[in-house]
Amino acid sequence: MIEIKNLHVKIADTDTKILNGVNLTIKPGEVAAIMGPNGSGKSTLSYVLAGKDDYEITEGDILFNGESILEMSPDERAAAGVFLAFQYPLEIPGVPTMNFLKAAMNSQRKARGEAEMTTPEFIKAVKGEASKLGIDMVMLKRALNVGFSGGEKKRAEILQMALLAPKFCVMDETDSGLDIDALKVVSEGVNALRSPERSFLVITHYQRLLDHIVPDTVHVLYKGKIIKSGGKELALELEENGYADIIGEAA
Amino acid sequence: MNIQTKITHTAAEESLLAALAQSEREEAAAVLEHIEDRGLPTRRVEAWHYTDLRTLMRNFPKAPKAIDSEFSSEGLSEMAELVDGFNIGFSNTSHVQGIVGDLPDGVAGVVGDGPITANPVPVKDDYIGQMNSALCEQGAILTVEPGKSIDTPIILAHTCAGETASVLRHKVSVGENASATFIERHHSSTIANHQNVVSNLFLEKGAKVVWVIDQELGVETTRLGQLNIVLGEEADLTILVLNAGGKLVRQEIHVAVNGENSNVAIKGVNLIGEGSHIDVTTTLAHNVPNTTATELFRNVVPAGGKGVFQGQIRVAQIAQKTDAQMACNTLLLTDESDFSAKPELEIFADDVVCAHGATVTDIDDNHLFYLRARGISERDARALLVKAFVEEVFEELDNEALGKALIARIENWLDLNA
Repeated sequence: MIEIKNLHVKIADTDTKILNGVNLTIKPGEVAAIMGPNGSGKSTLSYVLAGKDDYEITEGDILFNGESILEMSPDERAAAGVFLAFQYPLEIPGVPTMNFLKAAMNSQRKARGEAEMTTPEFIKAVKGEASKLGIDMVMLKRALNVGFSGGEKKRAEILQMALLAPKFCVMDETDSGLDIDALKVVSEGVNALRSPERSFLVITHYQRLLDHIVPDTVHVLYKGKIIKSGGKELALELEENGYADIIGEAA
Repeated sequence: MNIQTKITHTAAEESLLAALAQSEREEAAAVLEHIEDRGLPTRRVEAWHYTDLRTLMRNFPKAPKAIDSEFSSEGLSEMAELVDGFNIGFSNTSHVQGIVGDLPDGVAGVVGDGPITANPVPVKDDYIGQMNSALCEQGAILTVEPGKSIDTPIILAHTCAGETASVLRHKVSVGENASATFIERHHSSTIANHQNVVSNLFLEKGAKVVWVIDQELGVETTRLGQLNIVLGEEADLTILVLNAGGKLVRQEIHVAVNGENSNVAIKGVNLIGEGSHIDVTTTLAHNVPNTTATELFRNVVPAGGKGVFQGQIRVAQIAQKTDAQMACNTLLLTDESDFSAKPELEIFADDVVCAHGATVTDIDDNHLFYLRARGISERDARALLVKAFVEEVFEELDNEALGKALIARIENWLDLNA
C-alpha cells in the first residue's frame, strides 16, 4: 500500500533536518503504529505524507500503490485516497461544516472522474455516519470546528474519514485532548473502518490508544529514523520501560 | 498680508468650475470660489488624506440638463434585480421609472428639482455635500407616515449611461414608529462618468429603517456618495453597504445620534478589484446619553485594488452610557493589494464603552492546507475562505431574502475577480 523509502526531509528554506532516512512499508489492511519521544519527527512524517509544502524532501521517495506521490499536491493525494487526521483540526470561521463536507466529497469525486453527489444522497450519508459517532446534526451546521470541544473536533475528523473513505489513513496523535469516553468513541469509529483494503498509520505518544486501536506492527521513531520495529507487544514494552532502553540499544 | 499664489487647475477642476459657473443653484457661487482658489482636496486636507481627490479625479463630465437628456431606462434594465421592491429609477439626471403616485400605501413622495434639503449633519471638509448642493438637478422626497410598516422595499435605482455627470439629492423621512427598507442602487456603463448622490434620512421617534447601499459601477466611474442621517429617540437603523465596482468611489456615512435609546448598526463589504479605489468614511456622533452603535466592515482586495476606511466615533460630554463598537477587517489577497484604515475615537463622556479594531491579513496557509488535505483544490479552497470571510457580514439578517441576494452578488463578484 505505502512504501516510505530512505526518506530525508528538512524544513523548507532552512538546514533543519527532521527525517534522516525513514524506511517503512505498510501492507493493505495493516495498522502500523509509530511511537517516539517528542521531537522525533512523528508529526513531520504525517505532514509530508499529506503533502504540506513547508518541508523539502532531499532524498528518498514515498510510493502509494507503487507510484510516487512526491509530485502530487495535497488535494491530488486526498483524491487518490490519502487522509490525514490532524492532531489539531483547524477552526475555519464562516465555512459551515456541511458545506465543507460536501465540497470535499464532491471535489474528490470530480478529481476521480466520478459523478457528484446529489444533496439528498449527501445528507443521507452524513446522517448515517454522524449518528454512529454520536455527532448531532446541529453541530454540523456550525462553522467548521469553530467552538467545537476537543472531543468534538476529533469526532469530526473521524466523520470526515468515514465519509471520504480513504485507502490510507494517517492519524496524528488522535488521542491528544481526548477523555476516556471520547477516546472510546473515536477508536470504535476507526475500528469500524478497518478493512483488508485500507491501511492505517497511527501516530501516538502513548500505549493507551493502542489498547483501543490494536496495531499489527509498532515502530519507534527517534531522531528522524525508525530505530526499532516489532509487533503490538513492542508498545507494551515501551510503556513499561520508556524509550531510554531502545534508544540506548540503537546508539 | 496674505499672499496666495493662484493654483493651476487640473482638467477635472476646469470642467467642474465650468459646470459650477453654469449652475442656477444659489449654493454654487461659494463652492466655485473655493475650488477656484484651492482646487479639489489633496492629502493635506485631513478628511481626504487617503483619497487625494485632486490627483485621483481625472475628469468631470458635463451634466446634461434633465430635460435635454434622453428619456431612457436602458441602463436600468441592465441592472439585475437585487430583491423585489418598488423602483424609483434615475438614468443620468432623469427620473425614468416608478410613478411616485403608485408608491405603497403609507408612503408619500415627489420627484422634483425644487429647493434642496440642507445637510442635517455637520461634516468637516464637506466637498461631496457642497458640490452636490451646487450642482444637484433633482431627487426624490419620500415620507413614510407615522405608525406605518412598509413591507415592500423602496428602491432608489441610479444609472449613468453616457459620458455624463449625474448629481442627485434625496430626502427620506420616516415618521414615528414607522418602519421601512430603502435600497440605494448604483450602476453605470463602462464609460468615464461621474455620480454624486446625497441622501438625507430622518428617523423620528421609534422609527425602524434598513438602508442598503448596493454599488456595482463600471470600471471607469467616479462616485462620490453621502448618506446623512438624524436618529430620533428609540429609533433603530441598520445600514448595509456593498461596494463592488467603480474606479474612484468615496461613500460617506454621517450619523447624528440625537435621540436617547436609539441604535445604529452599520455592516459593509468592500470588494476592491484591480484599478479600483474605494473609500468608506463614516462618522457617528453620539450627542445624547444611552445610545448604541456597532460598525463592521470586511474588505477583500485582490491585486491592484486600493481601499480606505475612516471610521470616527464621537461621544459628546453628555452622552453617557454610549456603547459603540467598530471593526474593520481586511483580507489582502496579494502583495500588490493596498488598504488604509483609520479608526478614530473622540470621547468626552466618562461612562462609555467604546472600542475599535482594525486588522489586515492574508489567507491563512494552515487553513488552506487543511481544506486541500480533504481534496479541495487550491483555487476552490481559496474561494471558500474568501467567501467565508466576507459573507459572514450579511448572514443572519432579519430580511433573509436581502441577505441571500447580497451574498449572491458577493459570490458572483468573487468568481470574476478573486
